[in-house]
Amino acid sequence: MNPFFIHLNVNNIRTSENILNVHSIESFGTHDGPGIRLVIFLQGCKLKCQYCHNPDTIDTHGGKEYHIEDLVQRAIKMKSYFGEKGGVTVSGGEPLLQAHNLIALFKRLKEEGIHTNLDTNGRMLNHPTIELLDNYADLVMLDIKHMREEGFQRITGKRNKETTFNFAKHREASGKKMWLRYVLIPGITNTPELLHELGNYFKEYKTIEQIELQPYHKLGIHKWDALGWEYELKDARENTKEELTLASEILSNYFKKVKIN
Amino acid sequence: MELDELLLEEPKNIEFKKGVWNTSINVRDFVIQNIVSYYGDDQFLVGASKKTQKLWEVCKEGMKQERQNNGVHSVDTETISGVASFGAGYIDKENEVIVGLQTDGLLKRAMKPFGGYKVVQKALQEHGLKPSEEINELFTKYVKTHNDGVFDAYNAEIRKFRSLGFLTGLPDNYARGRIIGDYRRVALYGIDKLIEIKKADLANIEGPMTDAVIRLREEVSEQIRALKDMIVMGNHYNLELNRPAENAQEAVQWTYMAYLAAVKEQDGAAMSLGNVSTFLDIFIERDLQNGTITEVEAQEYIDQFVMKLRMVRHLRMAAYDEIFAGDPTWVTEAIGGMLNDGRTKVTKTAYRFLHTLYNLGPSPEPNITVLWSPLLPQNFKSFCAKVAIDTSSIQFENDDLMRNLRGSDDYGIACCVSYQEIGKQIQFFGARTNLAKTLLLAINGGRCEITGTKMVDGIEIDNSEYLDFDKVMANYKIAMKHVAKVYNDAMNIIHYMHDKYYYEKAQMALIDTNPQINIAYGIAGLSILADSLSAIKYAKVKPIRNEEGLTVDFKIEGDFPKYGNDDDRVDIFAHNGVEDFNNELKKLKVYKDADPTMSVLTITSNVVYGKKTGATPDGRAKGVPFAPGANPMHGRDTNGAIASLNSVAKIDYKDSQDGISNTFSIVPKSLGSTQEDRIDNLVATLNGYFEHGAQHLNVNVLDKETLLDAMEHPENHPQLTIRVSGYAVNFIRLTKEQQMEVISRSFHKSM
Repeated sequence: MNPFFIHLNVNNIRTSENILNVHSIESFGTHDGPGIRLVIFLQGCKLKCQYCHNPDTIDTHGGKEYHIEDLVQRAIKMKSYFGEKGGVTVSGGEPLLQAHNLIALFKRLKEEGIHTNLDTNGRMLNHPTIELLDNYADLVMLDIKHMREEGFQRITGKRNKETTFNFAKHREASGKKMWLRYVLIPGITNTPELLHELGNYFKEYKTIEQIELQPYHKLGIHKWDALGWEYELKDARENTKEELTLASEILSNYFKKVKIN
Repeated sequence: MELDELLLEEPKNIEFKKGVWNTSINVRDFVIQNIVSYYGDDQFLVGASKKTQKLWEVCKEGMKQERQNNGVHSVDTETISGVASFGAGYIDKENEVIVGLQTDGLLKRAMKPFGGYKVVQKALQEHGLKPSEEINELFTKYVKTHNDGVFDAYNAEIRKFRSLGFLTGLPDNYARGRIIGDYRRVALYGIDKLIEIKKADLANIEGPMTDAVIRLREEVSEQIRALKDMIVMGNHYNLELNRPAENAQEAVQWTYMAYLAAVKEQDGAAMSLGNVSTFLDIFIERDLQNGTITEVEAQEYIDQFVMKLRMVRHLRMAAYDEIFAGDPTWVTEAIGGMLNDGRTKVTKTAYRFLHTLYNLGPSPEPNITVLWSPLLPQNFKSFCAKVAIDTSSIQFENDDLMRNLRGSDDYGIACCVSYQEIGKQIQFFGARTNLAKTLLLAINGGRCEITGTKMVDGIEIDNSEYLDFDKVMANYKIAMKHVAKVYNDAMNIIHYMHDKYYYEKAQMALIDTNPQINIAYGIAGLSILADSLSAIKYAKVKPIRNEEGLTVDFKIEGDFPKYGNDDDRVDIFAHNGVEDFNNELKKLKVYKDADPTMSVLTITSNVVYGKKTGATPDGRAKGVPFAPGANPMHGRDTNGAIASLNSVAKIDYKDSQDGISNTFSIVPKSLGSTQEDRIDNLVATLNGYFEHGAQHLNVNVLDKETLLDAMEHPENHPQLTIRVSGYAVNFIRLTKEQQMEVISRSFHKSM
């Protein structure tokens, strides 16, 4: 019998400590961190970004409960594909809403020698988050929404952009690896002034390996319709090639690597 | 020029290292002694030479005419094709560095009527042609063919299983193919030497004169005759094939001539080339070291050789296209892999072969198959991944798995996925049986679900409201056992008759006398079987029966795990489905004591199998195509590409040693955001998949939009190539129906 028949559905008893509320799982993630990754999208987010392409992950109710060990076993079955770079990425939604239980997941993954990556908006810096960041997250991909408060509020519907910047400071102080992600929306986040501001703010950071530009697209609109929500960015357009090149050029003055994702 | 300079330029004279190959026929030993493994990157490669470019233009124009002329450029209706029956043919003589065509004209097809004369007549008739009077008289009055012999011996039961679609695509009216001659032998030894050895073999085959001994003596005599014909064929081109090749150009030319002899004599479904790249590299490397050629000539030889392989054609009737779509020839060349001593078989010529996909553009033929090992040089892995991403023209197979389990490091791939030790082994090809229909026998009291014909005894008609898993399973085992028996009977007849009426004398002349034989059974409908059993076990399945009590549809209440999601509950059914059927086949005696092996491979017959199969308990409607090979059913693998790959990897190669085909299609963006990421991710995917013990992966990196555009505007995509089960096709040469089926398959996209 092939050794990769591992019986997954061991009837693990679920408790509030050992489950994660999952929206969906992608076994071949190639855009959420280095290499090939198992991407676990968790359910629930406190922000409601105007361009969110997974709005169905926002509601903190819903989702499917997975036993943490079940997720670990899935990752183990994928280990041979991870190579030297790949691993597990936890995304969302906002994974830090479940930071406490994420510790258990990441701890187990580290025991199995699997690279861990947290894709977050950095809106939380409580004790479980700090423990997760300092001890278990090999990489953090921090989503910078906007450099200015009014822009931040417009996009996310929430106040206080500083929380995310404090989060970045904490990560920098820990000396552990970080990537930044930045959604490039024509007229809203892609102006040269804003890009220079972004660069200037982070240029001294030593832990940032790269910044990923995520060109705005409208692929998620149908999901907003399905939820019966109004999509406020209807008038926004996609970036031109020139705009992408310009943004990339500006940011290369400040970051080791700029990647268009 | 000064005297010193002349001395400097005088070629060195490096000799090959000697070994066992000097005292016996042993090409492997020659390779082991002389191989120069290559670990570098692709920077040394050069573009197509002027001559090559000119030739390729002529070929492209010829292929355009071929497409415009309903898929056939021209046919010689006067000649029975054999090794030496045609004079020389050229594409454009002054630019040809490697010469030789199957007939006397580019893309002109030939009649090979010994497989079946009716098929030749039909194929010609479809193009408004007919064989010459003399040939017609011969084959209608005097000459018996393989096809005639088989149908003389088939019994009523075999005919029934064949005509109702339980057994499909059997090589009973076309040549079986799948035999790989060791074409390298002609280059290394010259034909005189090969004749000498065969004569000695013949002298040693002594009585008592049993059937087997008499047959073998006759076969070896035929082989010697074929070798003599090869010398004549060479003479048409002023080539002295009787002696060994003396330089790289001759090595390529001699090897090609040996292959050409095979495709002049036989039109087997798959006519693989073997693994010639490493062998040829030794000659090329020596000439490069000696300073007699440069990289330009080296690439030119390979480009022109490959161009010739791309021009191989057989005469086929339209119905053949249902099973093997797109006019394939399966000139399969296995590249890369490792030697048992730990060195890699990757040489610069492995790169040169892959580079033809740039110099001449993408192409389904030759069917380039990369033998993958985690130990392959990193540069080579990346280059192969790049070629797969850029051209969708190559496939990958697990070298460690095959080499370790089957034993030899000198093997080729017959057809798509079938291991064959070169010069030591052959194979009896056997198409495949329909496991989905076999399952329906179990649910329909042993009757064909479409016609109601009684096929298998001992299965009760069950009229209960819901299907009971244990009952279905027990009846399936009865049905399977019976189908295996009929299948084996058919195969024995087919191969007995093929040997008798259409013996592959040219290819067998290049293989050791009395080689080991594998019989290659196959199955189709594996994912349907697995999902159906899963539905019956984990959901409630209610059969809808007509007035005769035959199932016409199934209502499924509740959800069930589906094959392709790395879910053991259902993957175990796929695993066991293969193991169980293989075990049944292993119990049955085979003609010439061949060893039974089995494949999970459909070519493009998954469409026609689907057509002949009623609704199945997994919810598939009547007539809907099966998934190809061992692939999960289209759209049911919903947990991403790796989960899908992991499910297929659970099928045990030990139970399916003729190969397990999986076709993986992914849109470029989903493989990564940059070319560099895509290459790394594909390398990691291949490493990961094969580490799970999987055997084969076809890789397509394409957007559906490209395929849709090619359907609309074929003229803009003359070389668009796509991998299907175990081979590649020129997409625009598929029928609309097959094109739609390819497009409907799972194209993996990240969320």
